[in-house]
Amino acid sequence: MSALLLLARYFSASVRGQMQYPGSALALGVAQFFATIIDILAAWALFDRFGPVQGWTFGDIALFFGMVSVSFAIADFLSRGFDVFGTSFVRTGDFDRVLLRPRSAALQLIGYEFRLSRIGRLAQGLVVIGLSTSVLGLDWHADKILLAIWTIAGGVALFIGLMVLQATLAFWTVESLEVMNVVTYGGVQASQFPLSIYADWFRNFLIFVIPLGCIAYFPVLALLGKPDSLGAPDWLLPLTPAAGFVFLGISFLAWRFGVAKYTSTGS
Amino acid sequence: MPAVRPYAAAFAARFMLMLQYRAAALAGFATQCWWGAIKVMVFAAFYAAAPEAAGGSLTLAQTITYIWLAQALLALVPWGGDPEIGQAVRTGAIGYDRLRPLDTYAWWYARSAAWMTARALPRAALMLAFAGVLLPLIGLETWSWRPPANMTQAALFAVSAVLLVALSSAWVMLLNLAAVRLLDERGVNAMTSSVIIVFSGNLLPLPLFPEWIQGFLFVQPFAGMLDIPVRIYSGALTDGQALTGLALQAGWTAIFIALGRAWMHGVMGRLQMQGG
Repeated sequence: MSALLLLARYFSASVRGQMQYPGSALALGVAQFFATIIDILAAWALFDRFGPVQGWTFGDIALFFGMVSVSFAIADFLSRGFDVFGTSFVRTGDFDRVLLRPRSAALQLIGYEFRLSRIGRLAQGLVVIGLSTSVLGLDWHADKILLAIWTIAGGVALFIGLMVLQATLAFWTVESLEVMNVVTYGGVQASQFPLSIYADWFRNFLIFVIPLGCIAYFPVLALLGKPDSLGAPDWLLPLTPAAGFVFLGISFLAWRFGVAKYTSTGS
Repeated sequence: MPAVRPYAAAFAARFMLMLQYRAAALAGFATQCWWGAIKVMVFAAFYAAAPEAAGGSLTLAQTITYIWLAQALLALVPWGGDPEIGQAVRTGAIGYDRLRPLDTYAWWYARSAAWMTARALPRAALMLAFAGVLLPLIGLETWSWRPPANMTQAALFAVSAVLLVALSSAWVMLLNLAAVRLLDERGVNAMTSSVIIVFSGNLLPLPLFPEWIQGFLFVQPFAGMLDIPVRIYSGALTDGQALTGLALQAGWTAIFIALGRAWMHGVMGRLQMQGG
């Protein structure tokens, strides 16, 4: 059975399981939609009171919000197994069982669970992108749609990379570290605003260490047709989402190192 | 007052137990620093763009203090019911609570209040050390948590903070009862937490919302869970306004307790035990 076919089986089993309680799945999705859309309410209230900031308007910010939300929702949907890896696999010793199966551990963790409630955040992202489109009168040509998909793909890769790193840390810490929320959920938070409003050290961290700026700030500038006030050349802006894939590659290298060093905690 | 002793003991026992979760407190603290720092930078940018736009409601320094206090007191926001009570409902252990010769409402109230306060205090102390002491030391005074406006405001804040705990615990009791009633608290928690994060001022300091909604924002119950105490602390609510704020906190607490007691009476009359 090919890896893709296996993933499709994992996917349908997971979805069927959750659809045993359709009311619950729906309620969780709706709750996530409201829990995540309130952030844009805060941005709206601030722009309503203070007006544009450094040339940014509410419509611009909405595009940042929406793109990051869509990327994170998809990544979160695909990487639940890595997210709970420390608590549900290392501490319990269940990872030993995963390693015994004749399939790669990463594949099994991706297939561990697909949470339908993530549709709530995805819907929020799409609604907010729609909002931005109507406020700014954005014109979605084919090349812009392609750039948007490429940007989201880079974002998905980066966020999955963060989840994989979090899981890798669990080889040493045994638990899933809540501190990683700083760069996952906190990363979503940070990349919802344009980098130019942050302090230098923080901005550099978001470009060079955890390249959240490369999957949100730079490509969204290209989508908005704005030049970068920080001085990045225009031709570079649409290329930056590639950093997300580089980050994912590095994360998987770290993961393989962790698997090789793994010693069981189980009995 | 011997009648209070069992509830005080329940509070103390749960409080000491919750203080054991040091790793959770540190992780929460790190996340809250990051969140706070992002918010501070965002607000600084907005204030720099239009310094007069806040219209005397909050200065930038007051807004920054508001943010740090909100981060410090985050564990006092009633995100959901007390997980132990939710679990007692599912396992049937709730039967033991009903067998005690005590007022079950007061018993749970004391335990829920202890659960929230014990999570909040270590984080608040760490946050004060970081945002109130460390930031000024490394030259970031403009980004730091400022001391209270004056002694009067500090004293009023102390009263308001106690009322904050009383109010949040009274709300948590309503969530607890919803958990007993529905046997699953997750849906209710998820639905109410978005409302509370907006209307308590955790999302955005309430005075920065548009003017036309300010009257409503001040009198609704969730303002007492953050906004009123923090504005008293920083001197944004003084004299009569501060006293009105305290009265609102006390009034909503009384209403929630009355509702909770009445509801508890109804729920317990029809209680069906889970488990064997």
